Amino acid sequence: MNPFVTFKVALRALLRNKTRSGLTTLGIIIGVAAVIAMVAIGEGAKVMVANAFDAMGTNLLIVMSGSHTSGGMRGGAGSMPTLTWGDLAAIKTEVASVRYAAPVCQTSVSVQSDEQNWTTMAVGTTTDYLSIRNWSIGKGAAFTQSDIDTGAKVVLLGATVAEKLFGADVDPVGRTVRIRGAPFEVLGMLAKKGQSPMGQDYDDAVVLPVSTFRAKIQGGLAQFIPGVIFVGATSSSTTARAERDMDALLRDRHRLGDTIESDFSIRNLSELAEARQDSTKTMTTLLAAVAAVSLAVGGIGIMNILLVSVTERTREIGVRMAIGAKPRNILAQFLVEALTLSTMGGVLGIALGVLAAQRLAASFGWPLLLRADIIVVAVAFSAAIGIVFGMYPAWKASRLDPIEALRYE
Amino acid sequence: MATQTHDDRPVLLALKDVTKVYCLGDGNDVHALRGVSLEIRQGEFVAIMGASGSGKSTLMNVLGCLDRPTSGAYLLEGRDVSRLSRNELAEVRNRTMGFVFQSFNLLARTSARENVELPLLYAGATTKARHAASLEALERVGLKDRSHHHPNQLSGGQQQRVAIARALVNQPRILLADEPTGNLDSRTSVEIMALFQDLGRSGITVVLVTHEPDIAAFASRVVTMRDGMVLDDRRQAPVEARPRPEPDAAAGGAP
Repeated sequence: MNPFVTFKVALRALLRNKTRSGLTTLGIIIGVAAVIAMVAIGEGAKVMVANAFDAMGTNLLIVMSGSHTSGGMRGGAGSMPTLTWGDLAAIKTEVASVRYAAPVCQTSVSVQSDEQNWTTMAVGTTTDYLSIRNWSIGKGAAFTQSDIDTGAKVVLLGATVAEKLFGADVDPVGRTVRIRGAPFEVLGMLAKKGQSPMGQDYDDAVVLPVSTFRAKIQGGLAQFIPGVIFVGATSSSTTARAERDMDALLRDRHRLGDTIESDFSIRNLSELAEARQDSTKTMTTLLAAVAAVSLAVGGIGIMNILLVSVTERTREIGVRMAIGAKPRNILAQFLVEALTLSTMGGVLGIALGVLAAQRLAASFGWPLLLRADIIVVAVAFSAAIGIVFGMYPAWKASRLDPIEALRYE
Repeated sequence: MATQTHDDRPVLLALKDVTKVYCLGDGNDVHALRGVSLEIRQGEFVAIMGASGSGKSTLMNVLGCLDRPTSGAYLLEGRDVSRLSRNELAEVRNRTMGFVFQSFNLLARTSARENVELPLLYAGATTKARHAASLEALERVGLKDRSHHHPNQLSGGQQQRVAIARALVNQPRILLADEPTGNLDSRTSVEIMALFQDLGRSGITVVLVTHEPDIAAFASRVVTMRDGMVLDDRRQAPVEARPRPEPDAAAGGAP
């Protein structure tokens, strides 16, 4: 008996009991849909987390200066400047796993245009900063090393600041803004970056050369960096090494003995990002596992219905055997019935799952990520479930004694 | 009309000292057949009679290759089939036998033609061959115009004739009928018996199990069983089955 005929016989048997077949399939539909939707949600969450950390910076480490102790009272990290410009240069030249290093000095300032004013964060830094943070220029151009050398009064506006000062869709390049009374030429506008994982608006900031920042906005001791150092490692796998090497370098430069606490600290944001990634991955796996359980329950439903069906159709099986069906023909018929139910459920489940994923992605504002491999796996898995759970009833049917089966009432 | 031709017709099936013992597990074995020897020639119309428990059903199952004898030999067309595997027996049934049951055993919600096609499905015939053969078989039992009807749209006699068409579709050598008239009224029974006699004349061997002497009278040979043994085996002049004209002419043409 060729497979096509077997399929036709199985399909006919299933169509004789449409409601029952439909309800049995429903179990698989829900299972497959759940797997696909859950994995899509998990993937979406993963991408959202990855995007958020990418916006923060690529392979980012932050070196902060130490704490200030006065009268037994210890200030927080960064309360006393300990990082020198020499440290910055040394990190950049002596640590092989570091690609970028930029000073980041921040303070809150009021920025005025001719029409408006806006209080925002001013960031004094170098050109490396934009590279570390993957921050591209939306309009105009970035400042250059010579701007830093000369302390040029130029500024880059974050998208939010530009909008607050000049209104939306107005090109601020070439305009002048005043910060702390000094006129600054707007060299460019930074590309929109969105929110940090904590909900802070990245675009609500202005960026200017660190030399200008120190001269016009906030001074401090000449030798020390009045802020932190942003460091970009060469790759995501070298952040841990960069952290170790910088620690050794700075302890050496600051002449700290083995017993003395470091007067600086290093934060590894890549590790934080990885931890977040791992947790979303765990969540995805968990969701998929729960969905897989519902798929397995659907499989048990198929087995249940087929067992009922075998009992119900005992006489039919007897007749088929009497007129020449071999045990394996009967086995094949019931297996194909199971396979048809589960595969149909799989295909319909994909449709439902994709739809659900679309709805969920839209309501969360996440990107819709349908993994083709998951769809293939879900269908293969549902087919496998058909075979696994169909095997027992089919085997039972094929082992029936034709005489007993014909006599069955 | 005596059975004067029986000597020169070839022996189609032969049982040699066949026994069948069912082990019930409690030590009380049931000896359903206690040494049955029987030869049936091609084209014979044999009725097997006997009270319930006489072993006639077991004999039928053995003859139909649905069951294997515990001991003894069963030669079907000269081949010993008593030790074949389940698969081989299925093949023998498919190629050599046609079965007709008391309760028709048609597949519900399946058209007459598709019911008739079933044996061909397992024989591996092509769709075209199946269609042609099933229509031919239905025509032979006078139900060609009912090929698309489902069993619940057919009368009992018509259902049994569909079952006979199904038994015939593989062009078997032997037709085995287990109480084929048990669920039919007497007039329809005669119709069915007329059909069997007709098939017998065309060379098909018919073996029929019945407990009704009226039905056995249509056969050319009656084998009576008792306690798992052949009590009596005699040839007879069969009563010619002449169905009375149908009150309702539309209900399918009897032969």
